[in-house]
Amino acid sequence: MAAASVLFAALFYAATAVLVVGLALRIRLYAGTPAPLKIPTTPAPVTRGGVALRLVREVAFFESLFKASLWTWLFGWVFHAALALVLLRHLRYFVEPVPAVLAFVQPFGILAGFAMAAGLAGLWARRFLVDRVRYISTPSDHLMLALLLAIAGTGLAMKYLAGTDVVAVKSFFLGLMALDPQPLPADALLYAHLGLVAALMIVFPFSKLLHAPGLFFSPSRNQADDPRERRHLAPWAARLESDGKP
Amino acid sequence: MADVTAPPLRPFPVAPPVVPDAMAASKPYVANEKMQEALGFPGSLVDDWHDRAIAKMGELLGNYRSLRVYLDACVHCGACSDKCHYYLGTGDPKNMPVARQDLMRGVYRRHFTVAGKLFPKLVGATDLTKDLLDDWYKYYNQCSECRRCSVFCPYGIDTAEVTMAAKEILDTVGYGQKYSNEIIGKVHRIGNNLGLPGPALEDTLLGLEEDTKEETGADVKFPLDQKGAEVLLVTPSADFFAEPHVESLIGYAKVFHQAGISWTLSSHASEAGNFGLFIGNYEQMRTIALRIREAALELGVKRIVVGECGHAWRVAYSFWNTLAGIGAGGDDPFARQLQAQLDSRYRQPTHICELTWDLIERGALVLDAEANDHRVVTFHDSCNVARASRMGDTPGGQFEIPRAIVRAVSNRYVEMRPGTTREATFCCGGGGGLLTDELLDLRVKGALPRMESLREVADGHGVNFMATICAICKAQFTKVLPYYGFDRSMVGGVHQLVSTAIRLGAKS
Repeated sequence: MAAASVLFAALFYAATAVLVVGLALRIRLYAGTPAPLKIPTTPAPVTRGGVALRLVREVAFFESLFKASLWTWLFGWVFHAALALVLLRHLRYFVEPVPAVLAFVQPFGILAGFAMAAGLAGLWARRFLVDRVRYISTPSDHLMLALLLAIAGTGLAMKYLAGTDVVAVKSFFLGLMALDPQPLPADALLYAHLGLVAALMIVFPFSKLLHAPGLFFSPSRNQADDPRERRHLAPWAARLESDGKP
Repeated sequence: MADVTAPPLRPFPVAPPVVPDAMAASKPYVANEKMQEALGFPGSLVDDWHDRAIAKMGELLGNYRSLRVYLDACVHCGACSDKCHYYLGTGDPKNMPVARQDLMRGVYRRHFTVAGKLFPKLVGATDLTKDLLDDWYKYYNQCSECRRCSVFCPYGIDTAEVTMAAKEILDTVGYGQKYSNEIIGKVHRIGNNLGLPGPALEDTLLGLEEDTKEETGADVKFPLDQKGAEVLLVTPSADFFAEPHVESLIGYAKVFHQAGISWTLSSHASEAGNFGLFIGNYEQMRTIALRIREAALELGVKRIVVGECGHAWRVAYSFWNTLAGIGAGGDDPFARQLQAQLDSRYRQPTHICELTWDLIERGALVLDAEANDHRVVTFHDSCNVARASRMGDTPGGQFEIPRAIVRAVSNRYVEMRPGTTREATFCCGGGGGLLTDELLDLRVKGALPRMESLREVADGHGVNFMATICAICKAQFTKVLPYYGFDRSMVGGVHQLVSTAIRLGAKS
């Protein structure tokens, strides 16, 4: 097997490990850090079920962002929704046989590739055109958009400009999952695409991509508005009660 | 004091262009040694401030999930960038919530994240230099902790949490703010924010009894330290003598009088305000809240009612159960002691508006709305009530109940422009421990968005009274309204309107 295939196999094992372990550690850190006070942004749901619904609306529709800025919402939502479809489309590389529902989404996944690129371009344009957003943008903000756009671009290029041997790509990933690495087609575009995806997986737990798990741990969004009905006490705060004060 | 200038009101409010360092000169007085040490903070900036600041940040990151998650999650999308009234009024980019957070996020990344340790430039990580520490002091004292940004953030990042952490760190290294820390010292020493001692309070209340007797002919009492009263009223100390605050206090007294509810104030807890919130210090906030618990136990009251004060209602509604066991659901000895005494048929604590509205709904008050016909009223939602608390049983009760009272006691009511009220309300510009004269320029500029929507209804509908339920809003507007060409007496409390409308001698 070619050195490149071995290299990519190793890269994907490493990237997956970093992503999974890194995220797990971060989530453990968030979950283990107490929220000593009730701080939901009100009006807030008064029940846990209501809170779950609030989070669903945030995740599925970006409710707060919609209220904040229609342009950012439009570009951001289109990008994320398209990315979800693209990921769904790519699941076919990891399952055999391909279920009907995955076969059904294939054409939508291709359209989503373009929508994803368009959404990213819109988000990036804001970083240059809106003076407030320009002021707050760091090099990593630009790089993150460049990385995602390059992933979308190389993917679309393989679909429309220089096709790659997708059957071999699939056997490569099925092989990875079976711990039996198979050769990867020698194709510069494919190398670029996969290398960038691995990079994205590796930076995920160390970057602002932590907004994904962060939302679920955000006290202003995930707390129920019930402080008069339920006493809420963090362990470190409870210890103050035994310090002699009444 | 720097020049105080009010920006022109714009017919179509849009985000202003970025003007770097527009407010770089705004800086409140630093607390002196005595004020700092009274709260257990170092008297002045310590030599090893850098290391102590980083250590304190580490401690806070371990104690507050909010801080940890908020410093990680921001993607710099800019959704909040045009939401802060201080940005809208000044154009200083560091008053954009995201940029304000970034003053701390940069240091967080540098010291507490892998990316910031390895590639600081790439991810905007910065060392905590003395210049940056000064920027913290300036710009975290240009945040009123109003939470408007948190409404619009896709992850609910609340800049107030970051500001509070910054103020806590600044206090820890001996760089505290005079206004807030001096007031907290007064609460501990004297019992209230304004430093009004017990005997003076007694005199003031007796004077109010005489005035009210003269006005209405009724024996409306303003009881102090009355054991066995049903209700302990905890209200901001400004209510005792500041205008227009005192008009609301008279309003509460008339409501209690007509409903036949026995009530009392406490000289031990003669202050609803809790500036421990503003400086982000849990222990201070707890110690101040415990005064209420002690007063309630001492006086043997059945209910605790809170007067018109925004941040006090946040602390009372959202935190008292946690801090002092005032509420329900606690199953520890500390909480059970108070629950055994308080009447569980009532919400504990109760907002004075909840109490008054319950009475109005039951027909227990005789109201003559025509008495307010000289007023065209609008309602300014106070930030801490709107975005950090609730009234009644359903979400949004904090918007509906005060409005329902205003409509019941007056005939001419007008809403301000949508997007400037309810959860999207604009801060008055003086909250969060910024209500001090040396910050007047900032306060005037920060009031701009509210003044614009008020101008609209004043010109379009003849609004001449803006009702609100916050002592800081009242004091701030009284001061800044003239800068925008309004009469300072345009602002007043909801219970000021109740006071005008209520008919004491009449029987229902």
